[in-house]
Amino acid sequence: MLVLENVDAHYGKSHVLHGVSIEVRAGEVVGLLGRNGVGKTTTLKAIMGMVRRTGGRVTFDGRDLGGVPPHGMAGLGIAWVPEERRIFRLLTVLENLRTGLDRPGVTPDDRERLLEKVYSYFPILRERRHQAGGTLSGGEQQMLAIARAMMLEPKIILLDEPTEGLMPRMVAQIQAIVHALHRDGVAILLVEQNVPLTLDAAGRVYIMEKGAVRHHASAAELRADQRVIHEYLGV
Amino acid sequence: MTAMPAGRPRSPAVGYWIGFGVVVVLLVIAPLVLPPFWQRFATEILVWGLLAMSSDILIGYTGMVSFGHSAFFGLGMYGAAAALLTMKPPSLGLALLYGLVAAGAAAVFVAYFATRLRDIYFAISTLVFSQIFYVIIFTWTEVTGGENGLTFSQPRLTIPGLWSDRFTPVTFHWFVLVVVVLSYLLVRRITQSPFGMVLQSIRENEPRTRAIGYHVERYKIVAVMLSGLFAGLSGVLYALQNKFAAPDFVFFVVSGEVVIFNVMGGMGTLVGPFAGAAFFLLLREGLSRFLTEYYLIPLGIIFIIMIIFLPQGLLGFLRRRLNA
Amino acid sequence: MDQIIIQTLHGLVNGMVLAMVASGLTLIFGIMDIVNFAHGDLMMLGAFVGASVVGVTGNYWLALVVAAIVIAVLGALLQITTLRPLIGRDPLTTILATFGVSLVIQKYALWQWGPSVRRISEPVPGDFTLFHLQYPWYRVATAVLAGLIIGGLWLFLKYGKYGIWIRATTQDRVMAQAMGIPVPLVYTAVFAIGSAMAAASGVLFGPFAGVTQTMGFDFTLRAFIVVVVGGMGNLGGSILASIFVSLLESYASIVVSPAQAVIVSFVVLVLTMLFRPTGLFVPTPK
Repeated sequence: MLVLENVDAHYGKSHVLHGVSIEVRAGEVVGLLGRNGVGKTTTLKAIMGMVRRTGGRVTFDGRDLGGVPPHGMAGLGIAWVPEERRIFRLLTVLENLRTGLDRPGVTPDDRERLLEKVYSYFPILRERRHQAGGTLSGGEQQMLAIARAMMLEPKIILLDEPTEGLMPRMVAQIQAIVHALHRDGVAILLVEQNVPLTLDAAGRVYIMEKGAVRHHASAAELRADQRVIHEYLGV
Repeated sequence: MTAMPAGRPRSPAVGYWIGFGVVVVLLVIAPLVLPPFWQRFATEILVWGLLAMSSDILIGYTGMVSFGHSAFFGLGMYGAAAALLTMKPPSLGLALLYGLVAAGAAAVFVAYFATRLRDIYFAISTLVFSQIFYVIIFTWTEVTGGENGLTFSQPRLTIPGLWSDRFTPVTFHWFVLVVVVLSYLLVRRITQSPFGMVLQSIRENEPRTRAIGYHVERYKIVAVMLSGLFAGLSGVLYALQNKFAAPDFVFFVVSGEVVIFNVMGGMGTLVGPFAGAAFFLLLREGLSRFLTEYYLIPLGIIFIIMIIFLPQGLLGFLRRRLNA
Repeated sequence: MDQIIIQTLHGLVNGMVLAMVASGLTLIFGIMDIVNFAHGDLMMLGAFVGASVVGVTGNYWLALVVAAIVIAVLGALLQITTLRPLIGRDPLTTILATFGVSLVIQKYALWQWGPSVRRISEPVPGDFTLFHLQYPWYRVATAVLAGLIIGGLWLFLKYGKYGIWIRATTQDRVMAQAMGIPVPLVYTAVFAIGSAMAAASGVLFGPFAGVTQTMGFDFTLRAFIVVVVGGMGNLGGSILASIFVSLLESYASIVVSPAQAVIVSFVVLVLTMLFRPTGLFVPTPK
């Protein structure tokens, strides 16, 4: 469904992605592992058109994303949950959700249904729905970021380090959410530093180093032979 | 010392000096062959070019936009007027001195703000400052002549012990040319020096320059002082040429025009502003023949188009070569 | 004492008009980091359009609406042609571009309407009496109307889907795009809204002093001052700052001439920039 073929990207003069090729099929959870700074987040940004692609192609459902501006991605079914969460701090929780909810083709019934759904996944958001996003705790903000993405009813979610900086209890909650989304048939491209969580949630995993994909295997293989993980991530 | 290998291309510097020389010679000959109107025009281009060059020190080299140059210009103008009206016989040297001191004082004041305000806030405050100055000049009628300005007579060119003679438009033009060329060479020397390199580094990345250990504030203060002094000098020259000082020249629009010269001609080149001034003034001359005071409509549109499509200005492509 | 009351009224009324101009300016700056040099000139153009409509139809309220719509469209066109290409470049370029636009608009107005002063007659006749002083009703009406319009803007931003789009884009342009919000369109719309408000304030201000080509620059300058003093991008702050600065200027004009009273605003600006650069009415950032 989402295919990156030999994608190169540049930040100004800096060549940050080298021939990255990744595929995520419908309904799959695919992991993207690697140390800090290897280009995982940049890869997600390259998909979203936020970083200048200087080579290769990105296609989604067969459609070339080349000419699509960043604000066109949501409409195609690609949702982005960035690393820093990027909650709209001065908007309330409900208003944050509405940025995803207020789009063409959503009936009032749909709105009810979607809101109820995320409130059932994240009860705390219902409680805090009239509170400003900036007043939420880190974990709550992460939940809001994911809920907001769900408002788009996406085919795929680009999930960037959702467990960073969270307490173990919250990490478990995120893990449960990823499973729930998977059950709903939403594909996920999961960028993480948390190896066990990734190996548990994902079917296949790509490992990146210095802006390129170095290894690609099923999660099962990587679980069985920990040496590859050791080599690239030092854990 | 190694011998130059055969076939090595001339360094850009030689080409540059040749071009420079040609332009200077043309400017020397100009007043001799041009009719009176164009003679004055040529002199005016030099004066405005000098003003624009002074602005380039801030905009082009240090990366600080200033809309306040009309104030420095005006202070130079009124300072010269003060000298020429209060001292008899009117003295050229004193006019220069008064004008530069006045502009310098203002520059100190502006420099203080430059170190405390960044970017847009600095630009707005220079705009406000030049307007305050305008209001003061406009309303302090007893001293400045208010709306009507001040008129005075042109001093003689006096070199003590050597000669004293009135200016003719031709000799005045040469006088201005000498002053402008010397100013240009001096400013060029400064911008090519390590000091100038630091200024450019501030323009490119101020936090990093500070992190490396440079006292950014001090450099900015000197840059503002230099800019203000040369702007004041151009005001003095203008006053000398036209024998009057008027508040119109202190109005913000002059600052705006200066910035236009910079942008059109190419920022960070020092020669660009002169080209920009010439381009603008020639266009204005040409367009106003057909359109009278509405020349600004097409000129403004040309300016906007240049910003979008030719942001480096007419001579911007020379920037690298001139500042290597 | 009489002077003080009159000047207080003047200050409040002028402050409300200035607040309308400034709110458009601060909205534009807050969302796209553009310092719109031509803002006051859009106001001036709106005043001229309004004056023409009044001249033809005699209907002040129609003039207000028509001017707002015409200038909104003009603003949108301006943004699309001259400002959109400059997105992502040095902010200096947008100041220069809008400065260029300002020059062109001023001269165009001169060409289109000539140098004589246009008049817009008062929409509401008569004076009201406060103690033993007379004060024109229409000025009070202007202040009230300005307040209503600004209130309407605030409501639009706070509720409603597009208000959320605008606020989201102002806070985080990149994330707003990721949520599917068409940011380039939002930019154009905000510029149009700001322009419409400037135009409307031009028509409101018309009866005060007549409509001339140069009225724009004064307002641009004051609006800049107010936006900085109020906190750039801060709508409530710029409204408070408008009233504050206008009151100060009005009081100052009791002592010095009106031309010189404007220096008071400058001084306030300078002091604000030196000591509380985020804005006088903004809580100090931690």
